[in-house]
Amino acid sequence: MNRVLALSWQHLSLSVMGVALAAAGGIPLGIFLTRYRWLAKPIMAFIEVLQTIPSLAMLALLMMLFGLGDTTLVVSLFLYSLLPIVRNTYTGLLGVDTSLLEAGKGMGMTRRQLICRVQVPIALPVILAGLRVALVTAIGIATIGVLIGAGGLGTLIWRGIQTRNNSMVLMGAVPAALLAIVTDGVLALLEQALIPRGLKKKTVNAL
Amino acid sequence: MRLVLSWRDFLAAKGSSILAATAEHLLLSLGAVLLGTIIAVPLGILLARHQRVAAVVLGISSTIQTIPSLAFFGFVLPFLGIGVVPAMTVLFLYSILPILRNTYTGIREVNPAYLEAGIGMGMNQRQLLTWIQFPLAFPVIMSGIRVSTVYIISWATLSALIGAGGLGDPILAGIHTYDAKLILAGALPAAMLALLASWLLGAIERMVTPRGL
Repeated sequence: MNRVLALSWQHLSLSVMGVALAAAGGIPLGIFLTRYRWLAKPIMAFIEVLQTIPSLAMLALLMMLFGLGDTTLVVSLFLYSLLPIVRNTYTGLLGVDTSLLEAGKGMGMTRRQLICRVQVPIALPVILAGLRVALVTAIGIATIGVLIGAGGLGTLIWRGIQTRNNSMVLMGAVPAALLAIVTDGVLALLEQALIPRGLKKKTVNAL
Repeated sequence: MRLVLSWRDFLAAKGSSILAATAEHLLLSLGAVLLGTIIAVPLGILLARHQRVAAVVLGISSTIQTIPSLAFFGFVLPFLGIGVVPAMTVLFLYSILPILRNTYTGIREVNPAYLEAGIGMGMNQRQLLTWIQFPLAFPVIMSGIRVSTVYIISWATLSALIGAGGLGDPILAGIHTYDAKLILAGALPAAMLALLASWLLGAIERMVTPRGL
């Protein structure tokens, strides 16, 4: 039981690490793209192509660069998480009502202040929705990290499959599924809580 | 380090088995998506009429979608064993959500004015569906099928883990023996297949989108 807990924790940490790195790069990139919109299309298209590559193929390809182990997994989680994060930051910021920006400008706000005090707070629920998709996907992909020598709950599932040990498979699969479902639920609640009251009616389409 | 084959020798030795794996992969993915489409499109249309049931069904299917890929294969293993059948089952279940959700939203989002016009022309429910709702929702449904197909092609690489073949086979063998050629021979066709399918279905999606939309 302790082992299951330890592996679950490791699983979550690896997933969060990949997504956190993607957020650190992706949110500024999304903000940057709203200023240079002509760049948005090609960059987004490129990230979209990355997303299309099957996860096992991506892990295997990255393994040739980064070797066996956690690093390769985190790098591929980073790449997969970029798209939802960049796209949602970009669309979230662009979706901010222009009259609000005008009001900010009228109050003498600088560009920086407009972004930090007006655009990002209003776009936060949308950005969070992107993070949510990214994290759930990352938890899923992390299960196959075991194939390239990374840790996490995939270890139990894979070993169970290989030894035809059903209970070991389930010991990995059940916590992995729970981890994904619970994370998704918690972030969904957070997303709801963050939506400004005036915007509650509009639904945010995450996928 | 080890005897390194040239690409030409490699392809001579493995080319046909890579081709066979690609065909297997395609068959597995297409089968699952086709099955998913056959079930999910009518179900989505049905759900569009019963909103309360829709919330429940969409909730359940999005929970299924949340389950990690390898875990899902793990779940069916005790019941269905290994091979093509359990792999198809998992891929099929996974393909349902995007198609179902898009069919549902596509049908529901048809401008009510068009429906009014149809009703005014004396159309019955069935005619409204076949002549107005379905054609207008078709691009949205197609984009659901597209998302689903790309996911399924990706997941199908994993079905090699439970003995269903496909391009996951060379990738896994390559990982185990640390053989870059073998990895590439599986990973490249798998990536190409996904990109190609996405592009092809995207083109169809644009083609069927009515000019006004």
